[in-house]
Amino acid sequence: MIIYGTALLAVCHLLGIFIGDLLGQALGVKTNVGGVGIAMLLLIFARLYMQKKDMLPKLTELGVEYWGAMYIPVVVAMAAQQDMVSALRGGPVALLSAIAAVGTCAVAIAVINRMERPADDEPVSTPMLHDNPLLADAE
Amino acid sequence: MLEILEKAAALNGLVTAFAVVGFIVLVSGQISRRLTFGRVHGSAIAIVIGLALAYWGGTQTGGHKGLADMSLFGGIGLMGGAMLRDFAIVATAFEVQATEARKAGLIGVVALLLGTVLPFIVGAAIAWSFGYSDAVSMTTIGAGAVTYIVGPVTGAAIGATPDVMALSIATGLVKAIIVMVGTPIAAKFLGLKTPRSAMVFGGLAGTVSGVSAGLAATDRKLVPYGALVATFHTGLGCLLGPSLLFFAVKALVH
Repeated sequence: MIIYGTALLAVCHLLGIFIGDLLGQALGVKTNVGGVGIAMLLLIFARLYMQKKDMLPKLTELGVEYWGAMYIPVVVAMAAQQDMVSALRGGPVALLSAIAAVGTCAVAIAVINRMERPADDEPVSTPMLHDNPLLADAE
Repeated sequence: MLEILEKAAALNGLVTAFAVVGFIVLVSGQISRRLTFGRVHGSAIAIVIGLALAYWGGTQTGGHKGLADMSLFGGIGLMGGAMLRDFAIVATAFEVQATEARKAGLIGVVALLLGTVLPFIVGAAIAWSFGYSDAVSMTTIGAGAVTYIVGPVTGAAIGATPDVMALSIATGLVKAIIVMVGTPIAAKFLGLKTPRSAMVFGGLAGTVSGVSAGLAATDRKLVPYGALVATFHTGLGCLLGPSLLFFAVKALVH
């Protein structure tokens, strides 16, 4: 049943947010700490466990994979509701600190990622697999 | 007739949003293929169109939620809101290869810490150079350079003035937009190829919206790895901002 997959996803999502909220409260911050990340980890573990136990029929998987494939459309909708006007109206301080922050981080990313090469001797050009059949040639 | 159609669209907000976004993605796919010969990713164009529509919506309504403030497109707010966004992000974890994710565990944490501290220092320094030289304002604007959620949360915790808060949010928004649009352009320079590199990117670039859209426009397969790390970013920023980072700035300013 396809709903089993979506329900599994929903349970992981809710549990992750719940743990994130608990973590936030324990640490004394007023926000959720990594709830979505925790939910992702839960889903990864759930998948590994259920695959091993042979409890994951194709249709159940599709219930999750549909939402994974809906990711880009959701992101487009997210872009369409950004507060562009106040972002652009922030003036030079906002603009400069954002550009400088992104630039600094970009250099740090480039440096760290260049360090990866020597350690990894597998060819970089191997296409990476992903298991969502709904993405076959979608993007 | 037009009114009936408008009413139907407004009353079925989420369904309208699916149709509108589907159309945007279709148009961007065509633009990608016909005008750029596939060089610019269709998703990247779709996101830019989304941002442009957000600007248009913002100027039309004067609200803060872009296109979603127009009653006809209210469903966009639900479709692209935190709930469905996080639901879809979690779903992408289903594609994560656990071995790949584990390989990058430690570097992901390092990137996450750097991704909080570096933009904070840069943001606070620029705030200082523009005359915001008190510890509270410097911290709030620096926190805004981490993400646009960390900024106001930190500002509220340490008692920043509303104009500094607004500046801090604007800083975070501009950052998110630069990451969304800039990532596919800078992908080669950033070395965005492997799951590990995506996790480094997720930790350092921060902002979930920026990372998720930036990676989507670069390579859909990298999304779960970047998002996995980036989702811890806001929490970490909200943890460090009003505490450790604020005390550090206070010690330096005095």
